[in-house]
Amino acid sequence: MAYKLVQGNEACVEGALAAGMRFFAGYPITPSTEIAEISSQKLPQYGGKFIQMEDEIASMAAIIGASLAGVKSMTATSGPGFSLMQENLGYAAITETPCVLVNVQRGGPSTGLPTLPAQGDIMQAKWGTHGDHPTVALTPNSVQEVYEYTIKAFNIAEKFRTPVILLMDETVGHLREKMLIKDPSEIEIINRKKPTCKPEEYIAFKSDDSIPPMAAFGEGYRYHVTGLIHDETGFPTNNSQIADNLIRRLVGKVENNIDDFSYYEEYKLEDAEIVILAFGGVSRSAKSAVDKLRSKDLKVGLFRPITMWPFLEKQISNIAQKVEEIFVAEMNLGQYYLEVDRVAGKYCRVEKINKVNGELITPDEIISVIGGKYELQRNN
Amino acid sequence: MNCNETTKNYYRVDKLPHIWCPGCGHGTLMNAVVRAVEKLQLNKDDLVIVSGIGCSSRAPGYLDFNTLHTTHGRALAFATGIKLANPKLHVIVITGDGDSSAIGGNHLIHAARRNIDITTIVFNNNIYGMTGGQYSPTTPYGDFATTSAYGNIDKPFDLCSLAQGAGSTYVGRATAYHVTLMQRLIEKAIQNKGFSFVEGLSICPTYYGRKNKKGDAFEMHSFYKNNCVDIRVVEKTPEKGENKILIGEFHNDPKPEYTESYQVIIDKFQGMGGN
Repeated sequence: MAYKLVQGNEACVEGALAAGMRFFAGYPITPSTEIAEISSQKLPQYGGKFIQMEDEIASMAAIIGASLAGVKSMTATSGPGFSLMQENLGYAAITETPCVLVNVQRGGPSTGLPTLPAQGDIMQAKWGTHGDHPTVALTPNSVQEVYEYTIKAFNIAEKFRTPVILLMDETVGHLREKMLIKDPSEIEIINRKKPTCKPEEYIAFKSDDSIPPMAAFGEGYRYHVTGLIHDETGFPTNNSQIADNLIRRLVGKVENNIDDFSYYEEYKLEDAEIVILAFGGVSRSAKSAVDKLRSKDLKVGLFRPITMWPFLEKQISNIAQKVEEIFVAEMNLGQYYLEVDRVAGKYCRVEKINKVNGELITPDEIISVIGGKYELQRNN
Repeated sequence: MNCNETTKNYYRVDKLPHIWCPGCGHGTLMNAVVRAVEKLQLNKDDLVIVSGIGCSSRAPGYLDFNTLHTTHGRALAFATGIKLANPKLHVIVITGDGDSSAIGGNHLIHAARRNIDITTIVFNNNIYGMTGGQYSPTTPYGDFATTSAYGNIDKPFDLCSLAQGAGSTYVGRATAYHVTLMQRLIEKAIQNKGFSFVEGLSICPTYYGRKNKKGDAFEMHSFYKNNCVDIRVVEKTPEKGENKILIGEFHNDPKPEYTESYQVIIDKFQGMGGN
């Protein structure tokens, strides 16, 4: 155990190394570049490998290749690179290859605001790659959490054989805070399940619990991997029943196990009548706003999803049934609001607080919206 | 070149027959790969075959190795991750002309530049066959395809020159007709510790041949037979190379290999730093 003053992006590398990352492929892009830089410095010290690829498409491909060879792998990028990675993100999903993709969000669209924060990739994280597919995305809001949730991202990827997105924003990526580095003995590490059968009995994509054991290339289990719809043996097929089964299993293994990785924070929700729902950098402003609004005798609480995808439908539905209004504060024009309103809208009012100018939403901005509305109501 | 009892050992026989059209040269080129692997007595468990998308890229499905059929153009990027993660593996990429030099052109030049120990074999049929006959970066100037109805005005790549220019340390070309040469080039390419590039000129009677009145498979093979000259012949008698297709070993110049260079860094810095 040791405390260090580190940057969010650095914490991400520390967490990844603690989780067992031994391969990183990436391409320089603001504001995630430090993750590549620090990985390039640290990985050889751990016997691992770093490579700067020719673009983000290749970076995503390389980490999938390394993972198939049995090595825990990660890449990191921001908006434009995240767009390029969508192609092979889908490949990781259909081939069930564990890997972690870090997206330190910046202002978009296109080149947008390279050095400034945004949360505009929420829906892209979910639907950016084509077709129905499983999505797991986690959003930390502090340097300590970046460390913790990078480890969790690897564990989820390994356990469920699926790509996991660590959806940070520039505010958190470039934040410097105190971080507790844990002793390895205190960290839970999950590794992918390996086949125990003889190679000739191995059916690469067959499983009893929807997550097939995974052999690494070179371990004697010679099998076929394809991005085409495939049967349990891994070979392509156009059989409609097999196609249906595969897509439902891929999505189901994540959606049906959401209780396994439903991470969130509730702050002063017990008696809350008004809830701010915020995540990442904005949630820090939201928490401060809660305290200040409480001092004005408004019963305000905070719900902060850390698991962004799959959507925490159960938790948000429960809250919605107990409160008058939920304000969704995010640095985009209301992407997560759409999901919150879908679930909460039938029980309570749902409002948006949005900002897309490259500046973090401040506590005062949240206070002015909520305080303005409710103090006005009370005064009337 | 038939699939005999010993080469059969390297095939997933239950996945045959293959999907390629009658007359296609890809099966012959695939068998040259298998023959080379057999000749070198490579352990099947230690060999990974990676492909992209297209006719060529269906080959790994028929081969009994660790096989990876990836996204269009990206085979070399996946292969780079595999090789770097486990340098003990032999990594062969089977790709096509469009896969390797259009959508995958960037990955090709950078893998070559790094001199990472990957053997790249291009099945070049001068056309996009899987999608029905569109022109590719190797379709000759003036030729017809479903997307060059009035003749192709793009200039074709010389893939071997491209690979060599980008830093490939082993480069050669043969055809689906010159199968023994093809096999020999692949053997040497696999043995080269570095990035190797072998172009196998294939034939596509179904699309490229039909669109350009090149005749049937026999006639297309005959064209290669009559119009290809080994570079060693041309080096001695340059006039024999006029208006001919050059085949043979073009470049063999070993240089420090990428994963070995990386290992030097690990050996020096492993255990240092940390918290």
